[in-house]
Amino acid sequence: MTTQAAFVTNLQRALGQNIRQYGMFIALFVIMIIFSITTNGIFISSRNLSNLINQTGYIAVLAVGMTLVIVIRHIDLSVGFLAGFLGAVAAIALRFWDLPTIVVVPMVLVLGGLAGLLTAFPVAELKIPSFVASLAGWLIYRGALQLVTAGTGTIIIDDETFNAIGNGFIPDVAFSIVPGYHTLTLLLGVLAIVAFVISEIRSRNKKLAYNFEVLPTDMFVLKLVFISALIGLLAWIMAGYNGLSWTMVIVLVVVAIYHFITTQTVLGRHIYAVGGNPEAAELSGISVKRITYIVFASMGVLSALSGILFASRLRSATTTAGTLFELDAIAAAYIGGVSAAGGVGNVIGSIIGALVYVSLTSGMNLMGIDIAYQYIVRGLVLVAAVVFDVTTRRRGRAG
Amino acid sequence: MEPPILEMRQITKEFPGVRALDNVTFSVKRGEIHCLVGENGAGKSTLMKVLSGVYPYGSYSGEILIDGQPQRFFGIADSERVGIGIIYQELALVPELTVYENIFLGHEISRNGVIDWNETIRRADEMLRKVRLNVNPAAKIRDLGVGKQQLVEIAKALSREVKLLILDEPTAALNENDSENLLHLLRELRDHGVTCILISHKLKEVLSVADTVTVLRDGKTVCTLDAHKGEVSEQALIRNMVGREITNIYPPRNHQISDEVMLELRNWTVYSPELGRYLLRDVNLQVRKGEIVGLAGLMGAGRTELALSLFGNAPAYRISGELWLKGRKHTFHHPREAIAAGLAYVSEDRKAKGLVLIQDVRQNITLANLQALAKNGVIDRNAEIQVAEGYRKSLNIKTPTIEQQVVNLSGGNQQKVCLGKWLFVRPDVLILDEPTRGIDVGAKYEIYQLMNRLVEEGMSIIMISSELPEVLGMSDRIYVVSGGRIKGELPVAAATQEKIMELAVDY
Repeated sequence: MTTQAAFVTNLQRALGQNIRQYGMFIALFVIMIIFSITTNGIFISSRNLSNLINQTGYIAVLAVGMTLVIVIRHIDLSVGFLAGFLGAVAAIALRFWDLPTIVVVPMVLVLGGLAGLLTAFPVAELKIPSFVASLAGWLIYRGALQLVTAGTGTIIIDDETFNAIGNGFIPDVAFSIVPGYHTLTLLLGVLAIVAFVISEIRSRNKKLAYNFEVLPTDMFVLKLVFISALIGLLAWIMAGYNGLSWTMVIVLVVVAIYHFITTQTVLGRHIYAVGGNPEAAELSGISVKRITYIVFASMGVLSALSGILFASRLRSATTTAGTLFELDAIAAAYIGGVSAAGGVGNVIGSIIGALVYVSLTSGMNLMGIDIAYQYIVRGLVLVAAVVFDVTTRRRGRAG
Repeated sequence: MEPPILEMRQITKEFPGVRALDNVTFSVKRGEIHCLVGENGAGKSTLMKVLSGVYPYGSYSGEILIDGQPQRFFGIADSERVGIGIIYQELALVPELTVYENIFLGHEISRNGVIDWNETIRRADEMLRKVRLNVNPAAKIRDLGVGKQQLVEIAKALSREVKLLILDEPTAALNENDSENLLHLLRELRDHGVTCILISHKLKEVLSVADTVTVLRDGKTVCTLDAHKGEVSEQALIRNMVGREITNIYPPRNHQISDEVMLELRNWTVYSPELGRYLLRDVNLQVRKGEIVGLAGLMGAGRTELALSLFGNAPAYRISGELWLKGRKHTFHHPREAIAAGLAYVSEDRKAKGLVLIQDVRQNITLANLQALAKNGVIDRNAEIQVAEGYRKSLNIKTPTIEQQVVNLSGGNQQKVCLGKWLFVRPDVLILDEPTRGIDVGAKYEIYQLMNRLVEEGMSIIMISSELPEVLGMSDRIYVVSGGRIKGELPVAAATQEKIMELAVDY
């Protein structure tokens, strides 16, 4: 076989094995290209993409938490109004209690964690369906949000540190490499690429030392080039407009932490085992109860973070903040490939799902499409994504 | 001469790799109680599923004749139409519906789709009187005891004018009183012209009600005995039920059993508030270092409950008695504690309780002991791969890679993955619940060899098995469990299939 033919075979094999994983990326690219054409390039502009990613932030963090909730065969409907309510609590603490951001943020995150434990209690202890337990939370937090904003209506936040979370960008360095571009963002991009390449090579060398199977060299290089290009492109686009936003930094950190927990730790493995077969997990010494508490608590913390991002972005807490966030997060997770049957789904997929979801909104807004049609299109995309996921999974199993 | 109400001729039914029924012939006379007996896995339930249409015409070979007429059943509805009613061990009632709704479920008395409730209740009352069950027809099923539920099932069958009533182990979950009532009712129904087929493990029951008994063994009809000619006796039944060839498939072993007691149960009693009865009573047993102890008995005797209760996986049970492990008394509230103390339990239902089917071989093998591979909660992936590869080789797990989802493996290889998982926790006492159920002969032999190797290395094994040859071939010592009690303890040298079966059917 010629080297060229071998390369094609390798590529086909690598793609074939991971069609579901790459499918999501491909879908996102296709959507972006379509919108770039229909909006004469406005969609792909640095400014628009930067905005788009900032808008995705508060849904993205919810989608990350929701992924784990769905993986362990539960659902949490309370997260939208919990985010709205905790956003209002943050606003009140800043405005009326005169607390600094550095105190308010951790306080609200802790409250979120406690709220998650509260939702988990009837689920874990009494086996109440999480749909019902969290629906109760949905009602309660909706009421609580109206209660705390009843006297004041919309609470304007004037703390600039807090508002920077949703609107600010990372500072730049004093010198410039490419004129008109955010230098620190470019440097961080280069740093990320270098770190990625080094860690991949080290992990591959370690595997080779153990004599484990690794990707063929050509595929490995292709993977490195492809992902490096992706990181570079993202950094380039962001650097073209104010640089990396704080929202993006937060989302990246959350994704990195959750990706690490789910793929590298005992806790992550236990979560997926509980989702895959709770009885087998229990008999293997894993406490299903404990995992339930942990996953709901993490969901609560991320709801609080979502509330902070949203309130900060609007520079205010409104009486309807958080409305339908939960359904957007659930849709993003399903588009990203989680399965209601449990044990399947990953954080990266859900983030891509959230990006697909927000891209649709943003792109259609730019095109001036009526909101009524937007809902219909989003619905169709959700169904198409899940159908694709289910059919490719079935094929994967047969093979 | 009048043809028999039921004749099944040369019925053969195959599942992948197993011939469950092999040329079975079974004939039932009108108006008799015909008992069907045999060991677990002899083919009784399969035969009844063929008869009721659960396995449709075409999925087996052979003929079914009702009143001399050949029949082709493609589903349960077809067999019901000719008057066959079957009542399974797991009752098919809807707990949240009332007695009368359940009796007419699927055959509602209605006009133009609207149910006539008055007529329904009147007819239900009539049926309940027939089975002599004195309950309010408007009571919910879940508020009735198992015995009464059983009678509702029979009432349901009678409402469909059943001519041939099949009961699969109807008394397995009943207490003595309810059982006695049920048997009495069967005699009454027979006198009113309903023919009954009764599947039962309880030989006393069989002796008291049967007009005729057919014995199945390994998917074949062994004999049909007529009670009225004095052919039916306990000895005759046991002799025909067992007597399976013990072929030389059990590898010899060379091991030392020390005097050190590894595990001991004292007056172990388990009560289920949900079922309202004792699952186990006053169980005393000992397992020594390097010993294989067999727990023999029939399905439902309480052996799995014994394993789960001592493994800490019995939140719904009330347990009394003492569990001693390596000279220390323990109370386990969760399997995690039992594992930490040196126990491991390989479940009898590997798909539902043993494996995470959508995960791969590697993840399943390391699941119960991930801590051993982790530093600060982070798994060392390369060490994990080494462990999984190690078990793949040593247990000869046939899989293309350890990244293969276990759902794609054969039964025998899935079982090896389960074993690998539990060996990796390095237990002192390994409980194997039906370790070779549903796996092929080759894999069985490998598992037996593995068991030998483990006891030679000093592990202790408790083996729950319903296969008598396996119990006799692999155990050093045998406890026979029946009705939640230890009915006897036999050293393997003194045990025979007949002796075990005698104890196992003694309720």
